Amino acid sequence: MTLTLGHFLALGAILFAMAVVGIFLNRKNLIVLLMAIELMLLAVNMNFVAFSHYLNDMHGQVFVFFILTVAAAESAIGLAILVLLFRNRSSIAVDELNTLKG
Amino acid sequence: MDVKTGFFYLFSLALLFASFRVITARNPVHAVLFLMLAFSQASALWLLLQAEFLAIVLVLVYLGAVMVLFLFVVMMINLNMEGVRQGFWKHFPLAAVIGVVIALEMAYVLLGGFNVSRVAPAAPGAVEVSNTQALGYLLYTEYLYPLEIAAVILVVAMIAAIALTLRRRKDTKAIDPSEQVRVRSKDRMVIVKVPVTRAAPAAPAADNAAPVETKA
Repeated sequence: MTLTLGHFLALGAILFAMAVVGIFLNRKNLIVLLMAIELMLLAVNMNFVAFSHYLNDMHGQVFVFFILTVAAAESAIGLAILVLLFRNRSSIAVDELNTLKG
Repeated sequence: MDVKTGFFYLFSLALLFASFRVITARNPVHAVLFLMLAFSQASALWLLLQAEFLAIVLVLVYLGAVMVLFLFVVMMINLNMEGVRQGFWKHFPLAAVIGVVIALEMAYVLLGGFNVSRVAPAAPGAVEVSNTQALGYLLYTEYLYPLEIAAVILVVAMIAAIALTLRRRKDTKAIDPSEQVRVRSKDRMVIVKVPVTRAAPAAPAADNAAPVETKA
């Protein structure tokens, strides 16, 4: 039994679904929410790399490179906002963030 | 079942276990550490796919920089764990149903449609180069402009993160060096012309006042 593209795609699908479940579960912890988003991006990157290998096309790996760049920027800004939020409200519960609700 | 498949199952089981622990860990520090494990397993899987450069970049950038940033923030803010864990399993049935549906749908479609086991042949006339070299050729020719935009995005993220968290304390006694440099002598010392003499006071207690009067 050799390794097929389907193996990696199924792994990516399970990883993505697990990250979605994590977003549902951690409604009170913004840090774990950010980590679940990182896991989702990892699942997407896994699919990109698998397609790139099996279709012998380097453009997929270039795209993964850019996704990694944007994800690093996103997590840096997200953590900065989180620190600011904790400083102002001393809590990082997502369901308490209803100031803009009116 | 060859060795590569065995390693695939080993790495993917570790990856799935680590990601499960990330979303259910009680302590956020443990969640970050399990996320590091997940990324290292993903990097090993990418090595199986012969994407060496991206695997090394994942270890360097994610394990080395982003995860340390996460760890730093988790340890810096002081969380109240009881409040955070409250109602944790309330949404679990809905979440489990949605997760299973997503996983089954995606796995069914992808497994059915892409059962490719053979690597596609390279284009005719393609030169055999290493993964890093091939990625470099693409990045610096075809993707040069997106590469510049990615660099700008990183600078914007750095400036935004610094500007968001910069806080000027009100009780500090630090001195602004630029103001110190720009100071001139006449800002510091003012020479005031004072009249030399003044009217002598009326003289009760003449003994003590006498030398003062003579000096004035």
